[in-house]
Amino acid sequence: MIIDMRRFVEAERPFWTELEQMLDVIEKDPAATLNVERARRLHYLYQRVSADLARTATFSFEREIRAYLEALVSRAYGEIHGTRERPHRFEPLGWLRQTFPRTFRRHIRAFALSCALLAGGGVLGGGLLALRPEAKAQLMPPFPHLMLDPAERVSREEEAATSGDRLAGQKAHGAVAYFTHNTRVSLLVFASGVAWGMGTILLLFYNGVLLGAVAADYTLAGQSTFLWAWLLPHGSVEIPAILIAGQAGLVLGGAVLGWGRRLGLRARLRRVVPDLVTLVGGIALLLAWAGFIEAFLSQYHAPVLPYGLKIGLGAVQLLMLSLYLWRGGRGEVGSR
Amino acid sequence: MSDSVRRVEIRTPEGIVFPMRIAGPVRRFLALLLDQAVVLAASQVASGLLRGLGLLSWDLYAAASALTYFVLATGYPMALEWKWRGQTLGKRLLRIRVIDEQGLRLRFSQVAVRNMLRFADSLPAFYLLGGAFAFFSPRGQRLGDIAGNTLVVWHPRTRAPDLDQVLPGTFNSFREYPHLVARLRDGVSPAEAGLALEAILRRDRLSPDARVDLFRELADHFRGIATFPAEGTDGLSDERYVRNVVDVVFRETPG
Repeated sequence: MIIDMRRFVEAERPFWTELEQMLDVIEKDPAATLNVERARRLHYLYQRVSADLARTATFSFEREIRAYLEALVSRAYGEIHGTRERPHRFEPLGWLRQTFPRTFRRHIRAFALSCALLAGGGVLGGGLLALRPEAKAQLMPPFPHLMLDPAERVSREEEAATSGDRLAGQKAHGAVAYFTHNTRVSLLVFASGVAWGMGTILLLFYNGVLLGAVAADYTLAGQSTFLWAWLLPHGSVEIPAILIAGQAGLVLGGAVLGWGRRLGLRARLRRVVPDLVTLVGGIALLLAWAGFIEAFLSQYHAPVLPYGLKIGLGAVQLLMLSLYLWRGGRGEVGSR
Repeated sequence: MSDSVRRVEIRTPEGIVFPMRIAGPVRRFLALLLDQAVVLAASQVASGLLRGLGLLSWDLYAAASALTYFVLATGYPMALEWKWRGQTLGKRLLRIRVIDEQGLRLRFSQVAVRNMLRFADSLPAFYLLGGAFAFFSPRGQRLGDIAGNTLVVWHPRTRAPDLDQVLPGTFNSFREYPHLVARLRDGVSPAEAGLALEAILRRDRLSPDARVDLFRELADHFRGIATFPAEGTDGLSDERYVRNVVDVVFRETPG
């Protein structure tokens, strides 16, 4: 069947134009809200133009008009059906006090797996270095100060500490560099989880190998006090942040895999995505703090900063962070 | 960037189906390049503004510049896609938009996740992994789109159609023969009528020879359905003949 196109277009065009103008206004100011009368009108126009589109799909019709109606309906559809969830204002304090620790605990098994992977890599890296010390260059991160004999490095650092502040004028820049580098690494650990979790697993294990090799190198050289004093102040925050990135990557990988779940891929992802964003937000905060500590504190050694003080500070930080993640948001409405 | 675009159909609860054109990898990559140029330019401007800080402390200046670049590079696509409903400057210029996979309004978490996964999509370099996924996946999704349940669609410029160009209200000799018009309307299928209409709309894009051949074939076909007397068709070119057919087929009553 063929309809009278001219008459149809002439009769309906005012409604198309009205809907187009209404959508233009809404799209220009996403925060604006419609009053009841305008919302009703928008809904009426959407239904009317949808019906017009249905007519053009049934009958032989000019392609340009159909494309125009399709574009209008798709825009209106996004506006009308996409606002089902009541928008809420983001509250940073509430997010920090409740949302982040609760989200962390909701996926505690993924965190435990993340810890196991890093620890497993650490055992392998440490073991290999103990068995094959000549493979140090292959097992450890390629930083010049790590390639030195640990005892030699410690004596150099302690000597340098007595000859003035060698990091003067570099600390703020250093803090930002540590923060951005670690954030990139964490995001990569998280993002590679989309490959069925495999990327995250490999990166966690690989980082564990590096960390284990460094720890074994210093411990075997009898420099474990220096090692703890050097790593613990920032590592007590930085390493948990990397582990949470691993946790987020494993949650993402689990959603992609969907073992034992009846939901489809899209529904599974839709369910975990808000949690992933929360975890990554928490990681960014932790890494900002870790970067600050690493630049302003970790690089200072005895006698400027006694090792006991640095180790004590790192231990207190780790304890506080654990308490926060374990207890944060408990006992409040909707807590888990 | 050609017309051979992939489409995805969205079905609304009202039972209406409408297609979305999936943006191709080339168009998306161009938008990305534009956005990166914007980020670079903005960070240069910010760095210039912060130069005063350098007089106070080079360390603070370097820290502020590096932090500004990092925040712009990671925050710019998230902030704009959220604020502008799935568009950045580059996407806006290339008329592409991020949408929810079901055509719904984007949520912030979707925007955030699709941008966080750029770190995986950009591997090993120049978005090769993400580009390969976008090229081979049926819905043109890179990894970030899959995780965020999003699509990137292309909205070609649409304008309200100008019907006068198609069916000018000039004299149509066929209307003198209502019984033949009725036979024509009865015999012409919607597909044939649509084809003739398309031919008229696109006539200026055809080469002169192809245009003559096409309208000759169409006119011959319609002559086979209803034969109008010679006095009604005298002096009519094949193209004019087809336009008269389209006019009477698409318009029930004389205008």
